[in-house]
Amino acid sequence: MAAVEVEHLRVSRGGRLVLPDVSLTVEHGTVTGLLGPSGSGKTTLLRAIVGVQVVEGGRVTVLGAPAGSPPLRARVGYVTQAPSVYVDLTVRENLAYFARVVGAPAERIDRALDVVGLRAFAHRVVRTLSGGELSRCSLATALLGEPELLVLDEPTVGLDPVLRRDLWRTFRALAAGGATLLVSSHVMEEAERCDRLLLLREGAVLADETPASLRARTGCERLDDAFLALVEA
Amino acid sequence: MSRRITVATALRVLLQLRRDPRTLALVFLVPPMLVALFRYVFDGQPATFDRVGGPMVGIFPFTSMFVVTSIAMLRERTTGTLERLMSLPLAKLDLLLGYGLAFAAVAAAQASITAGVAFGLLGLDVRGDVSVVLLLAVGNAVLGMSLGLFVSAFARTEFQAVQFLPAFVFPQLLLCGLLVPRDRMESVLDAVSYALPLTWAYDGLAHAVAGGGGFTIARDALIVVGVTALALALGATTLRRRTP
Repeated sequence: MAAVEVEHLRVSRGGRLVLPDVSLTVEHGTVTGLLGPSGSGKTTLLRAIVGVQVVEGGRVTVLGAPAGSPPLRARVGYVTQAPSVYVDLTVRENLAYFARVVGAPAERIDRALDVVGLRAFAHRVVRTLSGGELSRCSLATALLGEPELLVLDEPTVGLDPVLRRDLWRTFRALAAGGATLLVSSHVMEEAERCDRLLLLREGAVLADETPASLRARTGCERLDDAFLALVEA
Repeated sequence: MSRRITVATALRVLLQLRRDPRTLALVFLVPPMLVALFRYVFDGQPATFDRVGGPMVGIFPFTSMFVVTSIAMLRERTTGTLERLMSLPLAKLDLLLGYGLAFAAVAAAQASITAGVAFGLLGLDVRGDVSVVLLLAVGNAVLGMSLGLFVSAFARTEFQAVQFLPAFVFPQLLLCGLLVPRDRMESVLDAVSYALPLTWAYDGLAHAVAGGGGFTIARDALIVVGVTALALALGATTLRRRTP
């Protein structure tokens, strides 16, 4: 069974039908990129998979259980696009609190800090961090529980190329360790680093394949062009 | 629910307050200053000061915690931390009790400082047991917290949340009997006052300050606890795992 199975998902937000009828799967131990123009429904789809989105119809099964069901709360990590940490606490205080909530041992705090490269910022109050540091702090809190499925909404926005490369290495390492990652992005060069790509436009899945097959199908060498070819078709 | 998460949440809330020393200073210093102001405004009427001043010690925690909680919970909602917590293995009760524990501790300190100033320095006459007054003050703080938590669901911005103080708290202050005894109020207002939680909070305090009335105090405290439980239950329904 796949890590994520979405069948005929239908979601409206604010009176607008964002996802009319989406079906897709995400395989275990892979890094899957969710790509699409802004407003295409990426965040709504991720929210439905995490189980924080009110859905109108369809079925979302995550790690064999209905999305959002209580046993999954310890097994799925979710990082929202807007960093959701306490800005009046230090980085370490934030991690210490979330570690207590997910029941993670204290050693994982340092490990999570190392993964996102924030060890030197541990004692900084979050409010004083830059945008990139802030989003890494938010990511670190999601790593504490060592989730089997990690859902990341635009985790590399506002990061410089070095950090972006390092984070993608981290994602690959987590997947190599058996975790499943679903990462949304609108940077096509990041698509290159994914095992599989899901292309979303206006709530419809345009592509669900590997970067290589997407290239072959569209006849475009650059994924950017392949993406444009599909989106503007 | 889990004791580990509840305690961690209480400590986290206290840590956030500690990072905001100006708010703490206001919470701890404004009430005794107002009691002092009251004392000198009613310089010629010591009986009025004695009647109103004592219960005021136990009313301040109610208003402070109402405002602090409604803003704090609104921030949890608007910054996305509530959504994150709701996607984690945290029971709603863990969050509610965590907030309750933290603010009860702050209220205990606030009421002690105010009581120390009022009964010690300003010569406020209290015939009853001061520890009962303090205990009721902490109970009122948790009542204010639970109401603040509930109404925070109806505010989108901090401007709106602050307006809930005049909207929800001021009418209760006017009608609870603190300023004018309820039996001297218009009968309609008197009838309305029965339905307001602060009326019972004040009634218990007034008896505790005057001494005696053990049964009445227990009844009033029970009503306050009941309303608190009701407000927390209503508040829990506004903490949604799934949002539109």
